[in-house]
Parts: sequence; structure tokens; C-alpha cells
Amino acid sequence: MIAYIMCFILFLTGLYGVITRRNLVKIAVSLSIMEISTFLFFALLGYIDGGVAPIVDPSDPAKVYVDPLPQALVLTAIVIGLATTSMLMAVIIRLYRKYGTFDIREIKNLRG
Amino acid sequence: MKGMTLIVKKTTQLIAGIIFMYGIYVIVHGHLTPGGGFAGGVVIAGSFILITLAFGGDFLKLIKEEAGTTIVESLATILVILIAVSGFIFGTKIFFNNFLPKGIAGHLVSAGVLPLYNIFVGTEVAASIFIIFLSLIIFKEESKE
Amino acid sequence: MNQLIPLFVVIPLAAAFLIMIIGRFVEEFNKYFTSIVLMFLAFMSFYFLFNTGENMFVYKVGGWEPVNNIPIGIYMVLDGFSVIVVCIINLVGFLSAIYSISYIKRYTSPNYYYALFCLMIGGMNGVVLSGDLFNIFVFLEISVISSYALVAFGVESNELEASFKYQILGGLASFLILFGIGFIYWKTKTLNIADIKSAFSNGYNKTTYLFIQILMLSGFGLKAAIIPFHAWLPDAHSSAPSPISAMLSGIFIKAVGIYVLIRLFFNMFAITEGMAILITVLGTVSMVIGVFLAIGQWDIKRLLAYHSISQMGYVVMSVGIGMILLSKGVKPEIASLAIAGGIFHLINHAAFKGLLFLNAGAIEYTTGTRNLREMGGLAKNMPVTSATSFIASMSISGVPPFNGFFSKLIIIIAAIMAGFYLLAALAVVVSIITLASFMKFQRYAFYNKPDNSKSQNIKEVPFPMMFSMVTMSIICILLSLLVVPAIRDTILTPAINVLADPLKYSTTVLIQ
Repeated sequence: MIAYIMCFILFLTGLYGVITRRNLVKIAVSLSIMEISTFLFFALLGYIDGGVAPIVDPSDPAKVYVDPLPQALVLTAIVIGLATTSMLMAVIIRLYRKYGTFDIREIKNLRG
Repeated sequence: MKGMTLIVKKTTQLIAGIIFMYGIYVIVHGHLTPGGGFAGGVVIAGSFILITLAFGGDFLKLIKEEAGTTIVESLATILVILIAVSGFIFGTKIFFNNFLPKGIAGHLVSAGVLPLYNIFVGTEVAASIFIIFLSLIIFKEESKE
Repeated sequence: MNQLIPLFVVIPLAAAFLIMIIGRFVEEFNKYFTSIVLMFLAFMSFYFLFNTGENMFVYKVGGWEPVNNIPIGIYMVLDGFSVIVVCIINLVGFLSAIYSISYIKRYTSPNYYYALFCLMIGGMNGVVLSGDLFNIFVFLEISVISSYALVAFGVESNELEASFKYQILGGLASFLILFGIGFIYWKTKTLNIADIKSAFSNGYNKTTYLFIQILMLSGFGLKAAIIPFHAWLPDAHSSAPSPISAMLSGIFIKAVGIYVLIRLFFNMFAITEGMAILITVLGTVSMVIGVFLAIGQWDIKRLLAYHSISQMGYVVMSVGIGMILLSKGVKPEIASLAIAGGIFHLINHAAFKGLLFLNAGAIEYTTGTRNLREMGGLAKNMPVTSATSFIASMSISGVPPFNGFFSKLIIIIAAIMAGFYLLAALAVVVSIITLASFMKFQRYAFYNKPDNSKSQNIKEVPFPMMFSMVTMSIICILLSLLVVPAIRDTILTPAINVLADPLKYSTTVLIQ
């Protein structure tokens, strides 16, 4: 139960960061924290009471394994999160070259 | 970009080879222990980034490295797609089929076509993370001149 | 015939990486190779369009057969509704690729452009053809990340700011979708769309079910730019290069937004009345607010982007009317008519909005500006562009005999016959305001009296751009033939039958 509350606290931290921070890099890092809370929630879904890690050892087969499907989904989603974060970072350093500032209140060319 | 001091250079020369071999171990044993293509690829990219950070490099050398690494990455991806499509050609007409003989469970050479997938996916992930790092450095160098 | 389905995804992915290797050594390879690959895909999709009919093609990746009647593999499903969307993706993609042969000369590094273009097409094909919920998420991310890079392609300050705003909101949408998939897996222990339907029909907790539906509606609504979630669309669609704007506004918001919403809410969730009313209200609000925001714009591409919001509101409102009637269980033939109007308007909008964005690109290519106050009198020097632009403007405003008139007529008739007189009146008013807005566009761009100095050296655009625009306008005229009963029964009726019957999708997929 404690683990689910930790998920929720991480999600709220990330959401607070995206909404209230002014620095561009801090917004990108807060988005990454929000996605990490989802990965933790996924990995907790597959837990079965009394299960061991899902690796088959032919000489000593256990009775109950933990569900391996959410672990594979989380591995894929982590790589997708890496691609999203690196794309954001590339755009941010080019924005700094064009506008000269990291402050999001200065970057408002497109309006209306 | 400038390199770092002499102590960092000597330590990197000792350690980078060990990290590279550990990455290859994680990739090749992907069907027996946790890890596989993604995690092992990231470890291999880590060793390359360590060498580039410690020794530095000027602008032209970095551009040549990026050109070569892009070709390695695209070639590895085409090989992955080719292995997947070869399920069409050999054997039954099913995509992504596991058609090589599966050996005894727990041995290194077993589980059909899975170790080949792990090797090529690991190469591709390592090449792409190294390209991300090189592109950010080349942009910084280019705007300094 | 089943074995040809994965080719829609494999061929663009392999082409993207081949372009990256061979394009370094051979000049001019990337343009012609992309056009040939996309032409082949367009022909294959039309072959499937005329051969599918009422049956569904199911392909199990890897050959994993169901165990104890529980599906354990990844399924790829091609039925009457998917094949229409696959056709418009590949056809508009092919015409945009030919248009960009001469448009790209102002940007550097064309290798990256064509590789990202092929990746985006491959990702969208994967979203439409997938029968598994997590597979939709992975291909959605592939195509969305390619579109982030393509929006920021010419790295000026406007494009980078638009891409940044688009990325933050897109990342939020992906997070919501992943969270919803987590909840669905927790409650049903499966990820196959047909299997989730049969698991939910055994009984469910009402509060969790409502929460999952709200999460999915918010996540995919952000991708489809319905009104509370539309803040990224005007900046992103107006700052991208013009063939990419045509693809983003013409097929992207439909293939990864509206298509997945319709598929999930008709074939996966049981239709409840509360959600149906919410969807109809969101569609109506989008329709009205979109057109009011569009009248006061003086930038061509921003005007067209706001009109995209309004026309998507038409589709969502019509589908919502169909959902309300199906949830009450009365008048099924009027529900079928409303869904038919929605799907027909989706196809039409891809054709004429793509053509309008290609025209805006042609205007920008010759005059170098996007502001309506600075141009005028282009009809004399650019006859092809002004003729195709006239056809597209008449289509979007709903003037007979072009295709927009028939689809809007079907939507208004369905609303009146179902008893929603207010929605029908709002649809007519919005259509009149759209006509006014496009009259302004035509007058200021083409038929005004120009300044003397600027209009001397304006020529017609090069041949590849002309070919794309003329072909798209011929398609606009031909699409009005879909109302003829013989053609309608082969193309539109299988799509409506898959959606209007709640149990047909899940039972047909599970017994294959």
C-alpha cells in the first residue's frame, strides 16, 4: 500500500513542476518524473503474493512466478521516455541559442 | 572540446575496456538472465561516451565519428528487419517466426533466433545513444567558432 | 491475403533506414525512392479497399495461436473501417511526398526529412492496423516523435517555440494514455481489444470504469485537438513546412486521434448514455468556438489550422449523436445514418484540407509571405493554384455539387431526424460562417487589386507541386460520388456495420 502512495506522490511532484516552474530545463525534467511514476505503477501491478522473480531455473522450478508481462511493457516504455527527453533537450538548447534566455515568460513570439 | 587531466586519462584507459566487456556479457546472455538488448546497449554506449569525455576531440574528428556511427546504426536496424522478414522466406509464411532450432534450456546457444535479435538491437541502441551525445557536442562546438 | 498486412508497417521502416545509408553516397536517391515506396503502398491499400467488404482479416504476429481460447499473441486487424483510414493515409502521404520534391530545396539535409517522413507514415499505419492496446501506444509514440522533429525542421525561433509547446502537451497526453492502459490491465489482465470487451461484459466496478473512460478520452482528445485540449494546434500546424502541415492537419489528427477514439468507444467500452452526451457536447463546442476563433486571423496557415478544429467538431458531434441513439436502443437506422455522415466527413476533410495547405505552401513559395494583407491579385499569374484553391474553398464551405455539401447534408438530416434541432441549427450557422471566412481568404489572396511593385515577377509553381494539387482536386470532385448507392455499399456500409453492432468486432476476431 505504501508503494502506491509513493507513486501518487511522485506524480504530484511532477505535475507541480510542469505547471509552476519557469526554467525550460526544469519543465522537461518534471515531465520525465511524471512518466517515471507511471512505470512504478505498472511494475507494481504484476505482483502475486509469494512469487519469485520470473527466471526459469531448470534444476529448481518454483511454484509461483511474478507476472512478467508488465515488466516487458515498462522496459519498452523506458526507452520511449528516453527518446522523448532527448528530443526535448535538443530543442531546448537550440531555443537558448535563438532567444538568449531559459525563461519561459520571455518566449512568446506566437500569439493570437 | 578539451580533454581532462592526466589522472582521469590513465584511469579511463584502464576501465573503459572492462565496461565494454560487461556490456557484451549483458547482451549475449539476454535469454538467460535479466537484461537483453536495451540495457546492454546503454552500457556499451556508456563506455564510448567515457572515452570521448576524457580525451576530448576537435571538430573535424567528431564529425567523422558521427558519420561512421550513423551508418552502423542504420545497418543494424536493417539487419533486424531482415531477420524478422526471413520468417517469410524460410519455413512457414509467418512474420517474426522463431525458426532456428531451439536447444536445451539454460545453455548459451539455445532459444532459436533470440540471441541474434539481442545482438543487433544492442548494437543499434548503443550507436543511437552515442549519436545523441555527439550531436549535442557538435552543436556546441559549431556555435563557438 | 492475411500475410500481406504486416507489409504496411515493415516497408516504410526499412525504407527510412535505407535512405539514411544510401542517401549519403548517391545523390537524388532519397526523393525518388520515397515516391516509389509510397506509390506502391497506395496501390496496395486500394487493392485491399476493393477486396475487403464485410470480412475481417486477422493476422497473429509470430504465429502464436490462442491457448484455452485466450489470445496470447499480438493481433493485427484489417476490417471495413481500418481500410478506409489506411487508404487516406497512404494516398495523402504519396501526394505530399511528390509536392516536397521541389519544396525542400530551401532547407538543408533532405536525407533526414525523407527518413522522418517514412517513419511517420509507418507509425500511423501501425496505429490503424493494430488490434492490441499497447501496440497502439508504441506506434503512436514512433509517429509522434517523428512529427515533433518535422515541425521544428527549419530551425527558426517560431518553429522551435511551436515544437516545444507541442512536445510538452504531447508528453502529457502519452502519460495519460499509459496510465489508462495500466488501469485496464489491472482490471482485466489482458491487452487484446476483443478480449477486453468480453472481459468487461462479465461485470465491472462503475467508478473505475468511468475513470478509465475519462483518462482515455483526455489522452486521445489531446491528440485529436478537441476544444479544451486544442492549445498546441494553431502554433504547430502553422510553423511546420507546408507538406508536413498538410499531413498533420489532413491525416495525423484523424489517424491517431479520432480513429482510436471511435474504435475504443464503440468496440471496446460498452456504450453508456453519460459518456455519449459528454462526447456530443465536446464536439459541438469545438465546432462553434473553432470557427469563431478563425474569422479574425490574417495569417493563412493559422486560419486553416483553426478551421481544422471546427471540422473535427463536426465529425465528433455526428458520431456522438450516433452513440446517444445506440445507448438508448431506439431508431438504429438513424444511428447508422449519423455514423455514416461522420465517416464521410472524415474522408472529405482529409482531401480538401490537404489541398488547402498545399495551396498555402504554393502561395508562400512564390510571394514569400503568409500575411493576407500583403498579397493580392494572384489569379492572373498563378492560374492552377487559384483554380484548385477555389475548388477546395467551395468544398469546405458546403456548396453543391462538391463533396463537402453531401457530408454536411447527411449530418444535418441525421440531427433533425433524431430530434436534436439545436445541434442542426448550430451546424447550419457554423457552415455559413465558414463560407464567409473562405470568401475573405479568396478575395484577399487572389482577386484583390495588387500593389504594383510586388506582382511583377510572380510565376506559376514548378511541376511536382502542380501535379499534387491537381490530383488532389480531382479526388475532391470524385469523392462526391460516394453518395451513389452502389459505391456507398462497397465502401461505407462495411465500416458502419462494424461500428454500429456492439458484438460483431469481438466475436469475429476471437474465433479466427
